[in-house]
Amino acid sequence: MTRDQTPSNAVELGAFLAGLPGVDEVGARGRAAALGTRSIKNDAKAWALDTAIGMVDLTTLEGMDTPGKVRAMCAKALRPDPTDPTTPSVAAVCVYGDLVDVARGAVGDAIHVAAVATAFPSGRASRQVKLMDTREAVAAGADEIDMVIDRGAFLAGDTWRVFEEIVAIKEACGSAHLKVILETGELRTLDNVRRASWLAMLAGADFIKTSTGKVTPAATPPVTLVMLEAVRDFERVTGRRIGVKAAGGIRTAKEAISYLVLVKETVGDAWLTPDLFRFGASTLLNDLLLQRQRMATGHYSGPDYVTID
Amino acid sequence: MTFDYAPAPESRASVEIASDYGLFIDGEFSPSASGSSFVTVNPATEESLSSVAEAGSADVDRAVAAARRAYDAVWGPMPGRERAKYLFRIARIIQERSRELAVLESLDNGKPIKESRDVDLPLVAAHFFYHAGWADKLEHAGYGPAPQPLGVAAQVIPWNFPLLMLAWKVAPALACGNTVVVKPAETTPLTALAFADICRQADLPPGVVNILTGAGETGRLLVEHPDVNKVAFTGSTEVGRSIMRTLAGTDKRLTLELGGKAANIVFDDAPIDEAIEGIVNGIFFNQGHVCCAGSRLLVQESVAEDVLERLKARLSTLRLGDPLDKNTDIGAINSAEQLARIDELAKSGQGEGAERWSAPCEIPERGWWFPPTVFTGVTQAHRIAREEIFGPVLSVLTFRTPDEAVQKANNTPYGLSAGIWTEKGSRILWMAQQLRAGVVWANTFNRFDPTSPFGGYKESGFGREGGLHGLGAYLKTEAAR
Amino acid sequence: MTHDRIGVRKTHKLFIGGAFPRSESGRTYEVATATGDFWSNASKASRKDARNAVIAARTGFGKWSAATAYNRGQVLYRIAEVMEDRRAQFIDEVMAGEGVDEAAARQQVDAAIDRWVWYAGWTDKIAQALGTANPVAGPYFNFSIPEPSGVVACVAPQASSLLGLVSVIAPVIASGNSVVAMASTERPIPAITLAEVMATSDVPAGVVNLLTGDPAEILPWLASHADVNAVDLTGVTDRDLAISAEREAAGTIKRVLRPAPEADWNADPGMDRLRTFVEIKTVWHPMGL
Repeated sequence: MTRDQTPSNAVELGAFLAGLPGVDEVGARGRAAALGTRSIKNDAKAWALDTAIGMVDLTTLEGMDTPGKVRAMCAKALRPDPTDPTTPSVAAVCVYGDLVDVARGAVGDAIHVAAVATAFPSGRASRQVKLMDTREAVAAGADEIDMVIDRGAFLAGDTWRVFEEIVAIKEACGSAHLKVILETGELRTLDNVRRASWLAMLAGADFIKTSTGKVTPAATPPVTLVMLEAVRDFERVTGRRIGVKAAGGIRTAKEAISYLVLVKETVGDAWLTPDLFRFGASTLLNDLLLQRQRMATGHYSGPDYVTID
Repeated sequence: MTFDYAPAPESRASVEIASDYGLFIDGEFSPSASGSSFVTVNPATEESLSSVAEAGSADVDRAVAAARRAYDAVWGPMPGRERAKYLFRIARIIQERSRELAVLESLDNGKPIKESRDVDLPLVAAHFFYHAGWADKLEHAGYGPAPQPLGVAAQVIPWNFPLLMLAWKVAPALACGNTVVVKPAETTPLTALAFADICRQADLPPGVVNILTGAGETGRLLVEHPDVNKVAFTGSTEVGRSIMRTLAGTDKRLTLELGGKAANIVFDDAPIDEAIEGIVNGIFFNQGHVCCAGSRLLVQESVAEDVLERLKARLSTLRLGDPLDKNTDIGAINSAEQLARIDELAKSGQGEGAERWSAPCEIPERGWWFPPTVFTGVTQAHRIAREEIFGPVLSVLTFRTPDEAVQKANNTPYGLSAGIWTEKGSRILWMAQQLRAGVVWANTFNRFDPTSPFGGYKESGFGREGGLHGLGAYLKTEAAR
Repeated sequence: MTHDRIGVRKTHKLFIGGAFPRSESGRTYEVATATGDFWSNASKASRKDARNAVIAARTGFGKWSAATAYNRGQVLYRIAEVMEDRRAQFIDEVMAGEGVDEAAARQQVDAAIDRWVWYAGWTDKIAQALGTANPVAGPYFNFSIPEPSGVVACVAPQASSLLGLVSVIAPVIASGNSVVAMASTERPIPAITLAEVMATSDVPAGVVNLLTGDPAEILPWLASHADVNAVDLTGVTDRDLAISAEREAAGTIKRVLRPAPEADWNADPGMDRLRTFVEIKTVWHPMGL
């Protein structure tokens, strides 16, 4: 098979993934670090802050989540800074499947509702359970599904199993967008990140996503760089644009902006839209807001001037 | 709206440039005997930065005499552990003043602040730290039980890494117990003059470091001076040749770090994205003003088209402009003269039938600039494949098999550096063995470290700078004792 | 009446590329013993002989530099073995050429043989003595190793016709260089005998090439030859010739070992000569997952 064809069996897929170019970890880290030194000031910074806010999947994924917590988060998602109505809404809220109806009720059609599915975060459940998980979330109103791949199968070399599962989940999603979580912190090597990215894209992912947020390390610039390179190359051969979601571990506006730099200089300005790049985060939003206030007022803001939900 | 980076200029406030500078001899600044001077300019704006004294014969005499006195009376007899502490002091002061020095370097040289800040200055400090530690451990360096300094070293510094090349020369010389007379390049004297001030702050005894600004004639007078024991030169092979001729028949020791025409060899199984970065870093780092630049890209024919497409896309993201802007990737060409040389060679490439492609970037109105340029369809017979361009110009050649890559890579009178990009370990080691070059970067390029010896084969010079091997250039060896 | 048997004299020729050609110029010069008696007509090498020797040395370099250090050690030791076989002949020749007594000549020959043994032991230690692992401040594996410079042109010492010659050739080839050596002009015979030793000691053709004749005629061609990487001027006694050779060598930035007053060749050679004719190559590679 060539890069623009869908694999039809395990051998084809295995050979294709093994034939992808390697990633030199030191070089990739160096490139990501170099882009991290870009200095974004003034108008560019203002634009980047608003763009980043609009790319946030505001997330709560805790055992202690309640309808009340989710409703509060949704309110914040719609109006991140109540003192400044020019602040954009975030892209989506992201919750467990059983709270999708609460979230959808709270946000209406204003923003997306994403549900984590497929036995998040470990992915250790039967195919049937994962499909049911997905269908229920979609039925409850989720228009985005964040699935996890079976890392065990991937690391055992059974990439075809992972591929088939993504295909099946994609089908179960119907019109909902599918984000495929690679959980790069468990894949360990950047070679694996590149292979898993291609696997997910070939299987029909609309987005590839770094992490669940439950494993350290979560999103890192080098991992995100390699995934961006994968979507760039995928577009080159298929013409299809796949999104990237950096999730977990991004807490400051400065980091978020450097991710935007990574996007701009790896895949280009076309990807600087919530349709093609997202941040999966909870605390990041407040730092973006603090920086936004700093730019608007000319002085530094403080934590009591942003809301805690 | 798109994500256009706003200007992010580094502040010039940390830098004070005097309107004129004298020569730094015996711990003091003084005008040249003849009173003659020259102007150093900012290559990005063509504005004059300062007027600098031009050392003549009497000044060279005075500086060498000062260095000799300091060698005989102070620095030579001083225990290594005390010399070490001076060098550690200098290293610390460089760290303390690194932002100022980085800005000054970018102003005088034209290199992007991100490079002077993140590459040049950290390495400058590291070189002094590394060599400071050697000063009292030389008997363990493998040069015999009690290695001795040579005496007075004449050191001629190039303009591409002005302060870093000064550090490469001054740090080992002082660590080994020599005193020095340094001649910075005509177009980039300012950081060397700032280094004089660092010597003052460090209380370095007068005469241990002397700095003579001037052009080629000053350098010639210095290396020809009869009371000099050692000459270290970094620069063009042409000047290196003439220095070597001049020194024939003397007992002056000589090390030369000269030109290069390095092959950067990309195989079909390379880690492709990092290879692209390596190609870019190999030739567009410091505007290609790098003797070890990977100026010849040798790419396996089977992947040449893909590599070029990726390379051009990547080059289109390079940001050319104000060297002091923190987001600038490509700064100014150091001088009008150098720009003319790059232009001339680029034209010859077109004239000889190679295909020229330049990254789309806006060229500022003032100053000296050259856009990142790639020539394809280049053969070994083209001038742009043989002559050192010393600018942001890459010549792309193809090969079919590893042995052909080695033959083409080695088919040059130079032998400074080479790059290899492949995921196959055994091939890397085989290639590294076959390539006749002093530094071989495998799956990386243009890395430098004070512990890592640097220097050439063949017409790229002889002697090493850095590491244990670099000490040999400043010590009497067994036979010479 | 009995007749003294008339000796069979040997024609002394050059040693180039493993063969023993006469000078292409057809010229010879008269070599006398230390007492002034006619000894032999030696070949007087020409510019073209020097050129041929460099071509042979370049060919020899490829094979020799690619040989394992262990193998080079075996070959150098073999040279000592074969020299030992011819010990008596060397003693006679050193006595005749240098005018020393037998004890002194024996000492010289023994030292020359032992020098080969010494360098035979060096071949696989040079990289360990001159190589380094460099602890760079980053995730890179970095090491430096010595490699031979290439083709080295040597002018052997004039007085010490055997020990001096061995002392300049051995360190050059121990590290994998090939050599074009000019033997002592007035005392060339032991060099030619040494060439015969080379020819029977598993030394690949072209690794050692020996020329006899006048350095003033040959050296400028070797020093300016673009395919020579280094010149060892140890045996050059004419200061002007040495200076002009060094100037010529600058044309292609050759490594130059300047002439030295006739050394005590019995002293410990140390590592300086080994160090002079190697290049240090530094290799970087990232360390990552």
